[in-house]
Amino acid sequence: MADSRERPGVGLADLLVGASILALISIVIAWATHAHPYTAESGRISLVWWRLPLDAAYSWLRMAAAYALSLVFTLVYAYVAAFNRRAERILIPLLDILQSIPVLSFLPVVLLAFIALFPGSRIGVNLAAIILIFTGQVWNMVFAVYHGFITIPRDLKESALSLNLSPWQRFRTMELPYAMVGLVWNSMMSWAGGWFFLMACEMFSLGNHAYQLQGLGSYLQTAANQGRWSAELAGLFTLVLLIVLMDQLIWRPLLAWADKFKMEMVESADRPRSTVLRVLRRSLILEWMGKRIWVPLTEWSDRLFSRTLPRMREQPAVVSITGLIRWLITAAVVVIIVTALEGAVRLLSHLSGGQIGLVFLATMATLSRVLVALLISVIWTVPVGVFIGLNRRWAARLTPVTQIAASVPATALFPGLVAILIHMHGGLNTASVLLMVLGTQWYILFNVIAGASAIPEDLREATRMFRLSRMKTWTTLILPAIAPFLITGLITAAGGAWNASIVAEYVSFHNHVYTAFGVGSIIAKSSQTKGFTVLLTATGMLALTVVLINRLIWRRLYDKATERYSVS
Amino acid sequence: MAQTGLGKAPAKNDSLVRLLGVTKMYKQPDNYDIRVLDDINLDIQPGEFIALLGPSGSGKSTLLRIITGLAEPSYGTVLYRGRPIEGANPHAAMVFQSFALYPWLTVQQNVELGLVAKGVDPDVRKQRAIELIDLIGLNGYEDAFPKELSGGMRQRVGFARALAVDPELLCMDEPFSALDFLTAENLRSELLDLWLESRIPTRAILMVTHGIEEAVFMADRIIVLSKNPARVVADLPNLLPFPRNRKSPEFVQMVDQVYKIVTGWDDEEEDQQAIAQAQPVMAGTDQGQPAERPRLKPIPYGHISMLSGLLELVQDRGGHDDLYRLGAELFLEVDDLLPVTETAELFNLAEVSEGDLFITDLGQSFVEGDVNDRKSLIRDQLLDIPIFRIIQRVLTTKANHAMNKEFFTDILEEHFSIAEAERQLTTAINWGRFADLFHYDTDTEQLYLDEDQTEEQPAPVSHES
Repeated sequence: MADSRERPGVGLADLLVGASILALISIVIAWATHAHPYTAESGRISLVWWRLPLDAAYSWLRMAAAYALSLVFTLVYAYVAAFNRRAERILIPLLDILQSIPVLSFLPVVLLAFIALFPGSRIGVNLAAIILIFTGQVWNMVFAVYHGFITIPRDLKESALSLNLSPWQRFRTMELPYAMVGLVWNSMMSWAGGWFFLMACEMFSLGNHAYQLQGLGSYLQTAANQGRWSAELAGLFTLVLLIVLMDQLIWRPLLAWADKFKMEMVESADRPRSTVLRVLRRSLILEWMGKRIWVPLTEWSDRLFSRTLPRMREQPAVVSITGLIRWLITAAVVVIIVTALEGAVRLLSHLSGGQIGLVFLATMATLSRVLVALLISVIWTVPVGVFIGLNRRWAARLTPVTQIAASVPATALFPGLVAILIHMHGGLNTASVLLMVLGTQWYILFNVIAGASAIPEDLREATRMFRLSRMKTWTTLILPAIAPFLITGLITAAGGAWNASIVAEYVSFHNHVYTAFGVGSIIAKSSQTKGFTVLLTATGMLALTVVLINRLIWRRLYDKATERYSVS
Repeated sequence: MAQTGLGKAPAKNDSLVRLLGVTKMYKQPDNYDIRVLDDINLDIQPGEFIALLGPSGSGKSTLLRIITGLAEPSYGTVLYRGRPIEGANPHAAMVFQSFALYPWLTVQQNVELGLVAKGVDPDVRKQRAIELIDLIGLNGYEDAFPKELSGGMRQRVGFARALAVDPELLCMDEPFSALDFLTAENLRSELLDLWLESRIPTRAILMVTHGIEEAVFMADRIIVLSKNPARVVADLPNLLPFPRNRKSPEFVQMVDQVYKIVTGWDDEEEDQQAIAQAQPVMAGTDQGQPAERPRLKPIPYGHISMLSGLLELVQDRGGHDDLYRLGAELFLEVDDLLPVTETAELFNLAEVSEGDLFITDLGQSFVEGDVNDRKSLIRDQLLDIPIFRIIQRVLTTKANHAMNKEFFTDILEEHFSIAEAERQLTTAINWGRFADLFHYDTDTEQLYLDEDQTEEQPAPVSHES
């Protein structure tokens, strides 16, 4: 998130990128408006228990499709950004902005656009869900891989060059392995984030249209709607089971496997282990496949790419052709941006001052909810996190519990929460803040635990030696030491809270729509009533607010904290 | 075994590598480029084992990378067998100080890497890798990962990987300096045996090193580079017969000779430059003449505590000592020792001549003084150094006696690379703090004077030394 090479503040590249994003949104809106009147896609969700595995499978497939898309995108984007200086200057600020925009604010727009693209079929809604999950999970993966690519030690790069490895060989033996640890960790985080979006995407209502996709998310929502608590619990149990299975069968083995890609020359004592991986490694079938399939495949790919990819030095003729292509691409991009901006301006020209004021007030209302949610999270997570981090015995006992609790996406609990709170006074307001807390507290908690357990033992002994009071210990040692971690957690948590606000402010329950005043409900309402001017303004204002807060507050805080308080 | 490397050298005209006027500049943001290598001309003949010696920061690693084609010279040409090289030279292989092994590949896979790049058939390259792993004595470790090996074994893998592609030119960038003494010694003799007995097809070896003994022990031609910018200051043959004995008088004499060259190259020329340049810098800032931008002379990164220790030691031994012996006793390579002796010379506390360090009268009063005497002595000396005169002048003339660090970094960046400017200022701040010349606040990144300091130094009157 905080790339040290970037200075806080807003640069020219950011303005350029911001304009292009605005243009892109207006293209999507124009597309959605010009399409045929859409038909609501509402299947009936059955709550029979034996449908649960099937629902889980559907949900999982959507996640897998989105992840596959993310993986391909990550590798291409990160590679180009890392190895093409000119592209880097645009791609990195773009990435930084894209990752701070709350994805769910695009949900109504993207949904409408895809339904318009595939009228009368389920493909559109499915694709919209996949695209939204993709946009929710891809950015941190790209950042991690890009960061890996650009931090490859100079010696390794030089040795690859002096051994005359081809670009493809460098990619598969050096660049990808070097970025692998970051890729695996971030894939894991992305999946966790993906569940959050999936739950929201699978059942989304705009007015009296409900767009349902068969899956766990819609199952949970339907169960809550009908007050079938046993079904709700069964659905949650299935979800947790699925997440735990993924963890045991995929992520742990992958993490243990990726350990060999760490750039360390001394084996660390507590390296990740996985029984599944050990079994796989000992299996003869896999060994046979490695010898008969993997080795020939790499040989074949080496030959293929050494023929098709250009060598290190380009011939002048090739340079002129690539130059021409580059010009064509640039020209096309400029044309698209200009037309789209023109469209955006035309849309915005209908805008009245009152609307802008309304959207602004709504954004502030959402902002205050986000802040309250963060405050609540900090109040309970800091003491608990420090306690767990400083007590190894408790850490061992509590970590699995917190991990499982954290793995349940907040959006899965939301329908149940709404069902309980909706009839109380200020029900949706409370529910939406609670949803944000549910979604964000874990980021803060885990970061605080990490920060507290990283406090060196000798510093703690020194505070005991000097008989510092409990209060003094906190102010002189614990708070400064966890500050960088806490801020990292807060940055991630704030992103999650903004996303949650979109789902939380506009809820359809028992065929009745409940709203809480905020930018999320404005976005949902305006897309339902085709108020595209307001929709564009609200989405843009939301993105701008989040990016500005990130740039002007969070990043500065982070830089300051890491510089001043890093314990090393 | 008894042959000398030079015996292999054929006629001069078919040199393996020829450098013609190789110059390397590093671009600075203000187009005021830093020259790292200056007009290097060099011929490498088949059969030669060349050691490239020079102080740290002299650009010897850059030169090595230009020769292998990993970096491009700003001006000049590198010819390989008479042809200009383009990109990484496929006939050259490189051994790195940090080994540069891929931790995720086994020993076998690391060694095979160069052959994979050549598109060699899997069975053939496997065979070849096993042969090489045997040759360098790592048989049994084929499936081990680098992190399971000791440093010496890792560098063996580095050698095997380089040798696997049958390079004609083997380039080594301080290959033994990350190893402990015994391991390095063992590996040196083994490599020398392979080379002298022609068990490897390599035609020439080029080794960058800062170890003078190492160079004299292994190479049959020693090239000494100066620094800022690097030029060839000496190119001498080393005709000692193999096996070389470090205790033999001839060996010691040779080491001493090289030591004198390495420690003494800058005596006259650089001092003159410093005098010639220090004045215009001040003149330029005084009258605001942008036309002439003389170079600021870099200050060495000597630690004051090491300086004190060294001077006390030498004083105890009668006021002078042999630098080579001092280095060996203190387990300091010439690279670590030189910044300290250069600092001593800069402060006029000692003089180096003919590879010996002599303590001056000022140095004697430094050694005899207590901490406060030392501080005031160093303070006087610092005010003769351009960087400190600039800092002092700026801080005394400013109303609040404080100035941001960036201000000075910017000034220094006109004379040095960005990283070097940072190092220069860090050293300057350390010295200035020691001498109580100014304070530095790490939080605000400001240099400032407190009340005592502003009274004490009314104006930076130049100090006669």
